[in-house]
Amino acid sequence: MLEMRGIKKAYGTVQANRGIDLDVAAGQIVGLLGENGSGKSTLMKLLFGVVSADAGTIRFKDKPLSGHGPAQAMAAGLGMIHQHFTLVEAMSVTENVMLGAPGSSPWLSPRETASRIRQESATYGLDIDPDAMIGDLPHGRRQRVEIVKAILRGADLLILDEPTSNLSPPEVEGLLGIMARLRDQGRAIVFISHKLDEVIAICSEVVVLRDGAVAGTCRVEGATRAGLARMMVGRDMPPPIAREATAAGRNVLHVGQMALTERGVERLAPISFSLRAGEILAIAGIDGNGQTELAECLAGLRLPTAGGIDLDGHDITLASVGERTELGMAYIPVDRATMSLVTGMSVSDNLALRDFDKPPLSRGGYLARSYFAERAREMSQRFAIKASGPDIAARTLSGGNQQKIVLAREIGRHPAVMIAHQPVWGLDPGATHFVIEQILALRAAGGAIIYISSSLEEVMTLGDRIAVMQGGRLSIPIDRDTVDLTQIGLMMAGDDSLIHGAAA
Amino acid sequence: MDLMMIADLAAATVRISTPLLFAALGGLLSEKAGTFAVGIEGMMLAGAFTGAISAFVFGNVALGFALAALGGAATGSLLAFATARCRADQMVTGLAVNVLVLGLSSFLLRGLFGGRAPVIRLTPPGTWPLPWLSEIPVMGPVLFRQSAIVYLAFLLVVPLTLFLTKTRAGLTLRAVGENPEAAFAAGYDPIRIRMIAIVAGGALAGLGGAVLALQEVGSFTDGMTNGRGFIALAAIMVGRWTPVGAIAGCLIFGFVSALELRAQSWGLPVSSYVMQMMPYCLALALLAGVSRSARLPAAIGVPFIRH
Repeated sequence: MLEMRGIKKAYGTVQANRGIDLDVAAGQIVGLLGENGSGKSTLMKLLFGVVSADAGTIRFKDKPLSGHGPAQAMAAGLGMIHQHFTLVEAMSVTENVMLGAPGSSPWLSPRETASRIRQESATYGLDIDPDAMIGDLPHGRRQRVEIVKAILRGADLLILDEPTSNLSPPEVEGLLGIMARLRDQGRAIVFISHKLDEVIAICSEVVVLRDGAVAGTCRVEGATRAGLARMMVGRDMPPPIAREATAAGRNVLHVGQMALTERGVERLAPISFSLRAGEILAIAGIDGNGQTELAECLAGLRLPTAGGIDLDGHDITLASVGERTELGMAYIPVDRATMSLVTGMSVSDNLALRDFDKPPLSRGGYLARSYFAERAREMSQRFAIKASGPDIAARTLSGGNQQKIVLAREIGRHPAVMIAHQPVWGLDPGATHFVIEQILALRAAGGAIIYISSSLEEVMTLGDRIAVMQGGRLSIPIDRDTVDLTQIGLMMAGDDSLIHGAAA
Repeated sequence: MDLMMIADLAAATVRISTPLLFAALGGLLSEKAGTFAVGIEGMMLAGAFTGAISAFVFGNVALGFALAALGGAATGSLLAFATARCRADQMVTGLAVNVLVLGLSSFLLRGLFGGRAPVIRLTPPGTWPLPWLSEIPVMGPVLFRQSAIVYLAFLLVVPLTLFLTKTRAGLTLRAVGENPEAAFAAGYDPIRIRMIAIVAGGALAGLGGAVLALQEVGSFTDGMTNGRGFIALAAIMVGRWTPVGAIAGCLIFGFVSALELRAQSWGLPVSSYVMQMMPYCLALALLAGVSRSARLPAAIGVPFIRH
């Protein structure tokens, strides 16, 4: 159905694509694997006409496709689901589907469109209400709106750009099911991902990109995780990090019956737990079950409405973020672009955000600029931040390097307690490995860590004790040695009998 | 207060609201597509100027209105080019255009007529009484004995509402104001759509200015819009970015202005300058009350950059 030959594209001096071939047949799901920056997104943008290629040919459904824009690509039968959705939040599902829908009438036909959405929703099990406002829908639902949009626009080939990167495990299952049904109806899918398991689960063929070129193509049957990973990074993945057992340290953080009610809605049911030095408490759970509220209450961005928090003998329940920082608390928020970094500011300024007001970074109200740069260089080296200089804006760095800035800032202070909320979200395997390594190093140095993630794999490999959040309640933390995966899965899925929020 | 006074107030309200209405509906188009309509004041004044001059020179009111729309649109295209195409700051550009038109109109007024500002006397457009309605006692003659342009101002809300809610183009325009990336991904050019919206809005604002010059005042004087563009801007916000709401907003401000004018003739022991502040004080009060719940188009003020 699709035939791409010798695709080349350069951005300035960077060769994003250096002669890529890609074939996709009808009724086939092709996985496009590769680390961040390997050229996957560029290739798909070229196909969809968002950017134009320097060289190469594209044939789609036996017709050449060149010099096209997104409009022509859609008309030809291509559909793209971007990682960042292109939906209008203040509009309904139906309005979003009508936006740019093919047709010649100047008038909108909301009723007909809504019934078509219901029909497709039933066919593919999308479970979408045409009248819902996008702003009210969770992330996974919005993605399905994007899918129905593409289908109703007559897409025969769907490009899914890292569609699972912020879905919870059940949502991923649901999406894979939808993809299978789309395939069975004869549509083709290009599935961009760097999650090996998902690619192996759903694709029939995998194309691995590395440094802008095809590193290998293989059938999924017979492919192994290790083999694919090797192709992706061009070397063997380092083995999982062995963690040393640390002697259980003293309790540094104690949370007692902490609860949060906002505008009459209970966000957190009374939560109690303790955290020891040198321990990682991993908190699993599907996004939106109170993890953000818990993290922000601990970090001081929200104030709990009941209960208390004690950090090393200090009652910090109502303490400001600054006071908590002084007492040794560090925080890696879930959204690095808006919460952790000021992306328009330089690397060195971002590194200084926690302590620019104290010596040696400032003296007598003046910033010691030379020290900013010196520390930025030192931190960049220690935390392997790849930036062309300390004065470059954080915005221009890759996600992995941005997160390393946050890590450097937070871990560089040797915190007593660190709250890490999805710290490896959206990072490529190399950067993920680095972040995990640093967190384990902090643990070894006696730091107490709360690691919140929706990825069971991360939670199971990292946690000394594991707890689950569901509906604003936290289960009793369980030792990693006695933990039962099915039990965790059931708790995440909302099995009430296993959650004892108020206990412990 | 007797019936005649009420009728008198109603007439003044309609008279004062009409220019505001055109300006507010024009500004609404621009804001719905994601550009702050700070430049309405300048576009109105440009319309007032070109409308008055052309009606004066050619002796034709209809031609005056047509050229006023053109004048407003020309000013709008300047703004559109600067903000949408060149991504200049919308606030600063809007204010700059306001100052530019203020100076340029005063300069041209003198330049065109040999150094001295002429006294322009204009005949207002003829009235067009509506059958039956204009015969309603007391209120009939004041409300339904208007010129065609007044009816147009109030009727414009119908096609504009239909356009925004029921047509493909209207949906696209709103999408550009909410999330230009989404409109772009749907195959539209947000920059072009924003430019069209600003220019069309400018034409309407220009008409508003012409109504002010040709009908309400019957002359052109330096800086005669005198903040009306900003009142129209406030009316858009008070009306929560809907055409019907904008009409309501304009009528509220028109009514307060009418009250202020009448209060002066009733001889209240209050300084006339204080009375003149009333519409603006009301605007501030309403905006303070409304801003918490009102929802701006999400992408207003944010330039669209194609990645």
